[in-house]
Amino acid sequence: MVDIDLSLVNWSRAQFALTAMYHWIFVPLTLGLSFLCAMFESIYVRTGNEKWKAITRFWMTLFGINFAIGVATGIILEFEFGTNWSNYSWMVGDIFGAPLAVEGIFAFFLEATFFAVMFFGWNRVSKGFHLFSTWMVAIGSNLSALWILVANAWMQYPTGMAFNPETARFEMENFWAVLFSPVAMSKFTHATSSGFVLASLFVVTVSSWYLLKGRHLEMAKKSIIVASVFGLLGSVYVAFTGDEAAFEDAQHQPMKLAAYEGLYKGEKNAGLVALGMINSDKKPGDAQSPFLFEIKVPGLLSLLANREPGSFVPGIDDLVYGNKEQKVMGVAEKMKIGQQAVADLAAFKQARKDKNDVAASAALTRFTANKEYLGYGYLSTPEEAVPPVSTSFYSFHIMVMLGTLFPVMFIAYLFFTVKGNIAEQRWLLPLGVISFFLGQVAGQMGWAVAEVGRQPWAIQGLMPVKVATTNIAVGHVQATFFMFLGVFTLLLIAEIKIMLKQISIGPEGM
Amino acid sequence: MIANLEYATLQQIWWILCSVVGSLFLFLTFVQGGNTLLWQVAKNDVENSLVINSLGRKWELTFTTLVLFGGALFAAFPKFYATSFGGAYWVWMLILFTFIVQAVSYEYRKKPNNFLGAKVYETFLLINGTVGVLLIGAAVGTFFTGSNFILDDYSRVTWTNPLRGLEAAFSLFNLSLGLFLVFNARVLGGMYLLNNIDFSAMDDFQARLRKAVLINFLCALPFLLYVLVSLLLMKGFSVDTAGVVSMVANKYFLNLLAMPLVLGLLLAGLVLVILAVFITAFKGSTKGIWLAGLGTVLVGLAVFFTAGFNNTPFYPSKADLQSSLTIINASSSRYTLTAMTYVALGIPFVLAYIAYVWMKMDAKKLAAHEVMDHEVY
Repeated sequence: MVDIDLSLVNWSRAQFALTAMYHWIFVPLTLGLSFLCAMFESIYVRTGNEKWKAITRFWMTLFGINFAIGVATGIILEFEFGTNWSNYSWMVGDIFGAPLAVEGIFAFFLEATFFAVMFFGWNRVSKGFHLFSTWMVAIGSNLSALWILVANAWMQYPTGMAFNPETARFEMENFWAVLFSPVAMSKFTHATSSGFVLASLFVVTVSSWYLLKGRHLEMAKKSIIVASVFGLLGSVYVAFTGDEAAFEDAQHQPMKLAAYEGLYKGEKNAGLVALGMINSDKKPGDAQSPFLFEIKVPGLLSLLANREPGSFVPGIDDLVYGNKEQKVMGVAEKMKIGQQAVADLAAFKQARKDKNDVAASAALTRFTANKEYLGYGYLSTPEEAVPPVSTSFYSFHIMVMLGTLFPVMFIAYLFFTVKGNIAEQRWLLPLGVISFFLGQVAGQMGWAVAEVGRQPWAIQGLMPVKVATTNIAVGHVQATFFMFLGVFTLLLIAEIKIMLKQISIGPEGM
Repeated sequence: MIANLEYATLQQIWWILCSVVGSLFLFLTFVQGGNTLLWQVAKNDVENSLVINSLGRKWELTFTTLVLFGGALFAAFPKFYATSFGGAYWVWMLILFTFIVQAVSYEYRKKPNNFLGAKVYETFLLINGTVGVLLIGAAVGTFFTGSNFILDDYSRVTWTNPLRGLEAAFSLFNLSLGLFLVFNARVLGGMYLLNNIDFSAMDDFQARLRKAVLINFLCALPFLLYVLVSLLLMKGFSVDTAGVVSMVANKYFLNLLAMPLVLGLLLAGLVLVILAVFITAFKGSTKGIWLAGLGTVLVGLAVFFTAGFNNTPFYPSKADLQSSLTIINASSSRYTLTAMTYVALGIPFVLAYIAYVWMKMDAKKLAAHEVMDHEVY
């Protein structure tokens, strides 16, 4: 094994987190706003009402400003798998690369081709073809999300593949298993529907601001109706798919679930923490209480995690140190088997080099018996398998709390708009104005749960992040980190300034 | 039928497909070339806006093709993806950087309250068209001049040059290839603008573009000649049937002789580009972009095929010959290539709708009055 520079691992993680988090500021808005634009335009085409055209063009302008920077931050993510995670890219490129290529062929071109029509085709193509193009941009954007989320889900729940000791890498065995893995489906639906909610919040935020200022009232109310319905449906779907995602975590990443619930000692009939404050001194295996205070809903975690009331949910201590009674194998035991697998693989490679078929075959037999825990062979201590608990816990709970607030808000908006007195609800409108920013927080927290919660794994159980990095001096990664931090921040400021200006200009003729 | 294809055949198919995507990208760098022409051919705001808006309606195609090129290489030749992107870190990072700043520049340039000012966004476009394309050329040049990496038993990369890939730009061959691509992109950019813009009452503007096409072609020539002559004379990397890599005199010249079709592609491509420049500069034609575009694609294919076929490692290592990557040792498994080949059956459909939308949108040339609207770039 090569020497591992932990600062390199952390800077590589920081760079990836930086680009992913910036990317996710813009992408969910693209995912949802594209559909909202398509809906506004559909109403225009059906009714022939020019006001709906003005509404469509206004939101489309904001969509375009956001879209450009989403694309800009996206390209770097694809290539960072190679530049910063080159061992990972080689080990799993066989499986991971395929969704990225499919994404390029089928989704990105759909977006890119019809985007030009959507923006510049108003006077060049028919009304019908223009509407078709807008829908194609919406579908293309969301298809793009499908493929990258399939790739991400595979890292959380590696399936449809086998390890090939000859090449010392993972190879795909079943494309459909990768595409339709339950984790992929829940990830795709959860992430895209969260985009629908965020975009709806964006429309509500801008419209609420207009209502408070007494400007563009008709446009604001019309936009709120469509966005509230879309946002409410999206919120319900987010909750449903979030429940599915937690269930999948319990089945395939129980350590992640235990971390974001702050559950150290597993129990039957486990309760779900509704509110709590983590004891940051708490370490796995010690006797301290995990919380400074907590409010739990009894029995709910068992139900959510296993869909079975009263069932056992393993905690961090059970997963790290094992729990014989509940048949949970501890990390220490897995590490032993994993270390044996790593040694067997090295012996196999050496025997192949020496052209010693007998030794190679013996090493291969041993490796095959131990390979399930290959990744654990690279861990230094059992406690290394525990992700940062505080970050996971707070991210998860903030996301859930905000996710619960949004549907209530959409219902209130819908109610008062239909009633015709939304502009008078001075208590509600300020909440609407900040709701987009709350939505952004919820989205970022969601990804923090997903990605911080799965540490230390690049591929769950098979490859820790410290083995996945590129062999490069840390100074190079620091330099590119600050380069991207600088340019993304500049572009974000530019985007916000342009957006605010366009919002203050408002729609034409309304 | 695809399920029964030999592994070696699949590897060749995927090298061809990656080459097609790479070559189409070279054609689509007319966007980058056009960006760099802005300062020379546009003399007032209207002309400026015409150039930016004309290119701004196509930039996403170039960008997406680059992304697809990366994705296809990742899926089909993951060892190349891991070795080159992880190893030649700075070349790729800087190329990407130039594409990041380009992506927002069309949209933000003319928008009020855009923070950095129009000139900065135009400079981003210039950087993308010069530095970006130059470094892409330098990176492609390493397919022939080799790179500095060693792979261990687990295919982990050690890059032996502290410049992490930037050293590629200090080779005369790589640099010449890069400069050729920069000037060729400018030639293509000029031809595209001539084809896309309505020049009614703007004869001067049109004449400047025609002149720019000719001048940039003349600038490209010495670099092209240097690259071609060097390619024919240089020692090249060769791999035998046992997978052992060695240096062979005139390897790439021998490749062209051994693959007459590739030689034909190269010659046909060059002739098409020259013909396109001729009809653009002297015959008043606006169709040059199609001939030169096809010519660029053919030359690109010839370059990629010469690098990868006929027992040639396409990504050679000069630090350790035996670490060199071939389309055989760098490829994905047979299963993945087979699955990806089924996926690739969709490519003609994608090309068809791109062509259809292009024709529909460009049926009417871009006129000055259209770029005065505040919603344009």
